[in-house]
Amino acid sequence: MTVFHYPQDDINTDLLFPGKYTYTCSTGPEIMEHLLEDLDPTFSGRVQPGDIIITGDNFGCGSSREQPSLGLRHAGIRAVIARSFARIFYRSAINQGLLLVTSPEAVEHYSEGDEVSVDPAAGEVTVGDRKFAFPPLPGEMLEILEDGGLLEHISKRFGRGEE
Amino acid sequence: MSETFAMKVLGRATGKKVSEGEIVFVEPDFVLTHDNSAAIIDKFESTVPGGKVRYPDRIAIVLDHVVPAATSRNAAGHRQVRKFVREQGISNFFDVGVGVCHQVMPEMGLVLPGSIVLGSDSHTCTYGAFNAFATGIDRTEAAGLWITGRTWLRVPATINIELTGAFAGGVSAKDLILTIIGDVGSGGANYKAVEFNGPAVGGLRMSDRMTMANMGIEMGAKIAAFPSNIRTGEYFRNLDIPITGAVWSDHDAIYERTMEYDLSDVVPVVAKPHKVDNVVPVADLKGIGIDQVFLGTCTNGRLEDLKAAADILRGHTIASGVRLIVGPASRNEFLKADRQGIIAELVSAGAVMLPPGCGPCLGAHQGVLAPGEKCLSTANRNFRGRMGEKDAEIYLASPETAAASALTGRITDPREVAK
Ligand code: SF4
Repeated sequence: MTVFHYPQDDINTDLLFPGKYTYTCSTGPEIMEHLLEDLDPTFSGRVQPGDIIITGDNFGCGSSREQPSLGLRHAGIRAVIARSFARIFYRSAINQGLLLVTSPEAVEHYSEGDEVSVDPAAGEVTVGDRKFAFPPLPGEMLEILEDGGLLEHISKRFGRGEE
Repeated sequence: MSETFAMKVLGRATGKKVSEGEIVFVEPDFVLTHDNSAAIIDKFESTVPGGKVRYPDRIAIVLDHVVPAATSRNAAGHRQVRKFVREQGISNFFDVGVGVCHQVMPEMGLVLPGSIVLGSDSHTCTYGAFNAFATGIDRTEAAGLWITGRTWLRVPATINIELTGAFAGGVSAKDLILTIIGDVGSGGANYKAVEFNGPAVGGLRMSDRMTMANMGIEMGAKIAAFPSNIRTGEYFRNLDIPITGAVWSDHDAIYERTMEYDLSDVVPVVAKPHKVDNVVPVADLKGIGIDQVFLGTCTNGRLEDLKAAADILRGHTIASGVRLIVGPASRNEFLKADRQGIIAELVSAGAVMLPPGCGPCLGAHQGVLAPGEKCLSTANRNFRGRMGEKDAEIYLASPETAAASALTGRITDPREVAK
């Protein structure tokens, strides 16, 4: 597992996925090619399922484009751990089934080489030898995440004939 | 009592009193999407094959982002949207050339005071200018809303911005909102509602309010809202729509924080690359040479903005070596400006007119930058790569500063150029 550490604040949606591709790339594999292109050109070549991103405040600010959250989910990112997230990105991540962890303490404690793991149901993130609690998602939103995203969640509900 | 605007609108939509931090489920009055509808249609169709949208009358689609199509892929997307709106009976569809979605929605009377509008575009917060609770969502959520008609919202805490005084000459609403964003920071209002209050609100034109609400997201805000007042009344009278749902916070509403601005203290400012909260007085940047000026977008592409620029450019020619690109926010605004002779004045001064739409704002076409170039833009974002080239620089400013800078070829304080 690799931990991608981008300690800066305000990493915006253009850095995560440049606006010029918004109308040419919409599927996971297309997005992957340009994911984080202007922030870390090595990212898309290195990322593996199960990897984690650790970052600063206001991650994902800017556009409502969903390629960043969809792309990170497609890349298999296990969780993004940040001091805080921008709100549309936060919503979008839930909709894509991407786990976000808001934990300034965990970000603070992290140093290069630490092992990191996350338990969303327990609301617990482990960095090196320390555990930090984070507020778990409320009811229906945790279900959306567990179902793998909003549309998967809706499909299931439609499948069960509840709607 | 003691309720904020956000609590009242969300409370009414859920039929009970709500408190801050609570998650509520609502059925929004409108769901807006634009060129990205093509991608949303794919999601919709793969989730509910052959299905119908839940509320066709609550869906609005505006083609504005890459119009007319720049590539055959864009064209295919547009065609897919036209077919879908026909099949689904979506009547609020506005094809290429009507304008930028955030201008078109209120123009068409689709944004009402006290209503809830969600849009798969981050600048959906613009409708706060009309006393709506309006905010951005992603494409997936828009597809979900087409299917179910409902979603969740967290009741936000509110930041109160009290406005007093009046603008000095050469200063406008863009300078004020950039100044506020510089103070609050690009994430300072994250998850929060912003309310504009105070005696100066009454003096702000609807176009000023739209410029300000539009940029709420640039400080992270969920919504940025104005009260409904005489000017709001006029706006809707012109559309022949009675205002029935307007609401506003109680006098004793509890705010997380109150900030005060005297408009007469505001000076022309610029947001430097590559962050919107990187705000400095124009005076600090004097003399920086620019290659392109872009006047337009959902932030500053209205009649009032084009007129402010024309007032400075009238009878002059822009500096050689500078390109002035002008994109009216909508067909209506284009026509109004044309009838007043403003378009002819801009073109005579050297402007290149674009069709109503987003133009080069998102870096897809119609004026993208070369590596190393500098653009002074009236848009709302100066992120690295936003106008198509990561090694280009975008400076954000008012229409007045844009016009003054086009005249000299350098970043210029509009108060310094003789009319
Ligand atoms: S003009 Fe720019 S900011 Fe406004 S909707 Fe279009 S792309 Fe977005």
